[in-house]
Amino acid sequence: MSAVAIVAAPPRVSEATTEPAWVRRVLIAVALAFLALFLFVPLVAVFAEALKKGVAVYLAAIVEPDALAAIRLTIVAAAISVPLNCVFGVAAAWAIAKFDFRGKNLLLTLIDLPFSVSPVIAGLIFVLVFGLQGWFGEWLRDHDLKIIFALPGIVIATIFITFPFVARELIPLMQAQGIEQEEAARVLGASGWQIFRRVTLPNVRWALLYGVILCNARAMGEFGAVSVVSGHIRGQTNTMPLHIEILYNEYQFAAAFAVASLLAGLALLTLVLKIVVERRVAAQAGGATR
Amino acid sequence: MVFSRALLKRHSVLPGFDLALGFTLLYLSCIVLVPLSAAFLKTFTMTWPAFWDAVTAPRVVAAYRLTFGASFAAALVNAFFGLVVCWVLVRYEFPGRRVVDALVDLPFALPTAVAGIALTALYSGNGWIGSLLPFKVSFTPVGVWVALTFIGLPFVVRTLQPVLEDLHGEVEEAAAILGATRLQTFGRVILPIVTPALLTGFALAFARALGEYGSVIFIAGNLPMVSEIVPLLIITKLEQFDVPGATAIAVVMLVASFVLLLAINGLQAWTRARQGR
Repeated sequence: MSAVAIVAAPPRVSEATTEPAWVRRVLIAVALAFLALFLFVPLVAVFAEALKKGVAVYLAAIVEPDALAAIRLTIVAAAISVPLNCVFGVAAAWAIAKFDFRGKNLLLTLIDLPFSVSPVIAGLIFVLVFGLQGWFGEWLRDHDLKIIFALPGIVIATIFITFPFVARELIPLMQAQGIEQEEAARVLGASGWQIFRRVTLPNVRWALLYGVILCNARAMGEFGAVSVVSGHIRGQTNTMPLHIEILYNEYQFAAAFAVASLLAGLALLTLVLKIVVERRVAAQAGGATR
Repeated sequence: MVFSRALLKRHSVLPGFDLALGFTLLYLSCIVLVPLSAAFLKTFTMTWPAFWDAVTAPRVVAAYRLTFGASFAAALVNAFFGLVVCWVLVRYEFPGRRVVDALVDLPFALPTAVAGIALTALYSGNGWIGSLLPFKVSFTPVGVWVALTFIGLPFVVRTLQPVLEDLHGEVEEAAAILGATRLQTFGRVILPIVTPALLTGFALAFARALGEYGSVIFIAGNLPMVSEIVPLLIITKLEQFDVPGATAIAVVMLVASFVLLLAINGLQAWTRARQGR
């Protein structure tokens, strides 16, 4: 910058590679107006509608038994599906980032597949497999096992929807980090588990954490897929998003938005953690790889 | 064991390849591949005329038209405003820029049902925004478009951002020195460089919108033939115990998604090639 400033007066340089001040102001105004209309106002509306009838109504809607059951079910479903996808993400990233093998690109595409499947279709395919008319339907009924319209169905649909999140965060970072450190550890006599725990894990821990956070946010908020497999039994198979739908359809708007505000709070927390983690990742990589 | 070793292109001293790849493939098959194949296998049990009738019934065709049309319109609007938003975030300094940057990801993090009821409340006749507008938004196809625009918003911004950040002043300086106006520089230099990323973002937003359910059903009103989207139609068929009918429509949508996925992969390869140059 300073070298350029010696050659020409600063205002003229900035004129050439940026826009006039009025254009800048108009563009900023357009961008902010668009974001306000589609992002900020809806977010504010969730909290405003939730508190419209006062704090007492807000709290009553959250501690109501069906709401508490929905919160509990949402937490249980996330607590099962997130760790499973976390283990999968680490395994997939280890194979893809640390080894060179045939079919790697195909595998990467297949891992991303759940992103391009509609949540409703994700629910449908598990109905086709485990539902009464499905592949295992009769066998499950004969053995008195329930998957669809019960917790296992909700968990498996959630796993499908959140399948790629951890793997997607880890793979690019681990590929960028290469394998020299792991090879050095191996030569020095470390076992596979030691290499992973002492070398790889510290290098990727922030990206792993962010993948888990994203996976969790999506798991707790999933609506379409869970809606198909849950059966909407109040107090039993309703997750928080399904509970919101029922309240809303019963015109209990304040209560619906009260439960929704909890999920909106989770979303905001996710975004804050994202910023923190991104800074850590950038600091760890020295700002070079990301 | 032997099989996975045969896949390796290069020998590695690192352990754990068999276990990691084996587990990955097993988990992928159980959760994704086998269940997805169920949808296709189910349609094979239908006769061809039955399948054709299920996927071309007038109500289904109306739903395709709405879903694809509204998704396209939403992705188009997102491509334009996404470019503006991304440009402003990367190039300009203004108060609150970092907060705005972080909030762009909100549609990724906010559950779709929450977004759905919030947008419905805002755009209904007596809502904050709906009461200001001269036309109806909630419970019309316009409402569907609003919800899909919200859902697709981050895709264009996040795909463009790294490309715009990498775009250093040199080429723009060169264009300016050669006598180009700022508008010419944008149209002839900047736009061609960001086009692959812009198209990728557009395609990602479009693909996401095609399958979207949660944020749409509250605001759409769900009138058959008018404001009923395909995913809702699939659920309706399931609730009427028409599993083959629901599956047939799902297969059509899956094929559309897979074609889009291939297109997106191609676009991303093109983006990388452009950036690598």
